[in-house]
Amino acid sequence: MNLSILFSIVKIIAVIAYLYGLFWVMGVKVKPITIKEKKVDLSLAVNSLGVIVAFGIIQLALTKFGGVQILNNFDSGLLYQACTMTMVALGLNLIYGFNGQFSLGKWGFYGIGAYAAADVTYRWTNGDSAGLVVLGIGVILAGVVIWAIGKFTSNLRRMPVLSSFTLYLIGVIAAGYVALMAGKVIAPLINPALGTNLIPGPLAQGIWLQVVFFLAVIFAGAFAAIVSFLFGLPVLSLGSDYFGIATLGFTIVIYTLMVNTDTLLPFPEMRGGRGMIGIPKLTTWFWAFFFMVLVIIIMRNILRSSHGRSIISVREDETAARSMGIDVAGTKLLSFVIGSFFAGLGGGVYAHYIGFLSPGAFDFLVGFNPLIIIVFGGLGSMTGTITASFGWIFFLEGLLREVLGKISPEAPSWRYVLYPLTLLVLMLVRPQGLLGTVEWGFLKRAVIPMRKEKADEGEKA
Amino acid sequence: MNTTNEKTPVLQVEGLNKYFGGLRAVNDFNIVIHEGDLAGLIGPNGAGKTTIFNQITGIYLPTSGTIKFYGINLVGFEPHEITRTGIGRTFQNIRLFNNLTVLDNVRIAFHAQCGYGLFDSISSSPKFDRRENEIVEQAQELLEIMKLSRFQNEIARNLPYGEQRRVEIARALACGPRLLLLDEPAAGMNPKEISQLMELIHFVREKFKLTVLLIEHQMRLVMGICEHITVVDFGEVIARGNPKEIQDNPKVVEAYLGKGA
Repeated sequence: MNLSILFSIVKIIAVIAYLYGLFWVMGVKVKPITIKEKKVDLSLAVNSLGVIVAFGIIQLALTKFGGVQILNNFDSGLLYQACTMTMVALGLNLIYGFNGQFSLGKWGFYGIGAYAAADVTYRWTNGDSAGLVVLGIGVILAGVVIWAIGKFTSNLRRMPVLSSFTLYLIGVIAAGYVALMAGKVIAPLINPALGTNLIPGPLAQGIWLQVVFFLAVIFAGAFAAIVSFLFGLPVLSLGSDYFGIATLGFTIVIYTLMVNTDTLLPFPEMRGGRGMIGIPKLTTWFWAFFFMVLVIIIMRNILRSSHGRSIISVREDETAARSMGIDVAGTKLLSFVIGSFFAGLGGGVYAHYIGFLSPGAFDFLVGFNPLIIIVFGGLGSMTGTITASFGWIFFLEGLLREVLGKISPEAPSWRYVLYPLTLLVLMLVRPQGLLGTVEWGFLKRAVIPMRKEKADEGEKA
Repeated sequence: MNTTNEKTPVLQVEGLNKYFGGLRAVNDFNIVIHEGDLAGLIGPNGAGKTTIFNQITGIYLPTSGTIKFYGINLVGFEPHEITRTGIGRTFQNIRLFNNLTVLDNVRIAFHAQCGYGLFDSISSSPKFDRRENEIVEQAQELLEIMKLSRFQNEIARNLPYGEQRRVEIARALACGPRLLLLDEPAAGMNPKEISQLMELIHFVREKFKLTVLLIEHQMRLVMGICEHITVVDFGEVIARGNPKEIQDNPKVVEAYLGKGA
């Protein structure tokens, strides 16, 4: 066997082992120790330290030491792709696997996040701060407006979905308009500090650029979330399959808009179907890891809470959930919006890794990838989704491409024949997916032990 | 208004109608249930009993009529809002959250009272930890009352039938109801289980100070525990009264056994 192939296989196994270690260290519980007669719980400190170490291991492997680099640029690219895919797939699993609403729309929100974040940093590095200002103010205002309208309409009984949708739409458009106006005022104040593309000003380099990148990705995610809120509000009242078709339509709409960004939409820098170039490549392992862990922690914390249980109960039985006092429509919307937020974050990270956005990458056919991943990993299993995302990227883009590339230059195309076959076999052997609903380490939802002592007392009494 | 020590009415249903297209499922249905009552709703299959339940709990919107719960008209409320005003229910065909543990099934019903927001759960704030512990405590207490403690980490689907029924009742109680609607709680139970169920319903009513309305086919259960019985047939009330009166009512006998029986 060829040595480099062996090396690739070792890498995949190492990555899976690494993920397991990460989840374990994130969830490890330490016995509280006593310092000066005070009990101190060190679990959080140990967990944080573990995550930092987990980050450091890969960071070291990516660093060149005397000409030796364990993970080369190709591998680091795979890592970033795996991280973004994880975010999108987790978002989709939240809405499909946990909430039970079949959605094909996540890819559209991924695209929205990618383009929004890319536009912000592109403009920023070209001496225009309007992108960040408008997106930031718009997103925050729209969020506040949505919250306020939600408070207001919650007192009205059986309000038709379309009327509340109209209210929200007007509110969000007003917020967007205010943001545009604010951008016209504020942006010129910041612009002089940005310099130009060739001679960056003080705010367009170093730490400030990183801060802007962080804000751009967060705002892009929030923007995707707001769009998904407006889209999901009327559409989520459809039954599951119809909802899936509607979201498919949404992905196609977004794709068409992307092809026409310079003609239909006022964004000449996105260059329509030719693809957006010149996006600063700001995604480092730190950011990819940071956003992935952020998504994992948020999703896990939601799922173990009462909100998470209500999300899952809607999947199990809508009528019963309703009768248990759960707002089914609100729960569906919640999971859809959070899932889109994750997808938007993923898009932002992806755009700054690849540096070039073409609408072809956001075609709905490519959008089936996360769906395949979550079915492969197990619907309703976060661990399965994360493992499958990493496995998908490393196996399909890494190993298979390398192995087939040895045979002939054209052979890598055969991987699109091989992976459906793998999928077929898996579905026949294990229809519940690779991991079913099993969770590892940190992602395990707390299992509550039986209350033995109390039961015994009851018997005595 | 009334100076006598008459009990307050919990549920007042007046002129309730439900049409499914041309089919008249419920026709001018009236019922008044007072605080602490244990009322029964009986009738042959397809008489519209479950439809009445579904209208009270908001799953169907009544064609016309009013449903007042402690004086609040519930017509137009969403089902989850009705549950939050204090009506808990079980289902005729058991509707547990099948793939979740028994404890989770009960904990889900505490959602309306969870008392923390989304940001508390994302940041796992102290409030979240405290409330979660309390919810687990309360859920475990309920399971203990229902004698389900040893099943708490079992997947609901794997439980025996009788236990599944009890989980449903535990879940309904977790919603914190003042009125409990039981839809055929004894379906598929053997005589011994029915006796246990009767004790359980009595016990739960005393313990949680509940008003209970139940639909049942098992005459032994209905006649054994219900204080007031309403009989419906083809969506109409054909008789009301205490068990003795119902048993002797010729109309009821006719509805169940046919004419000339």
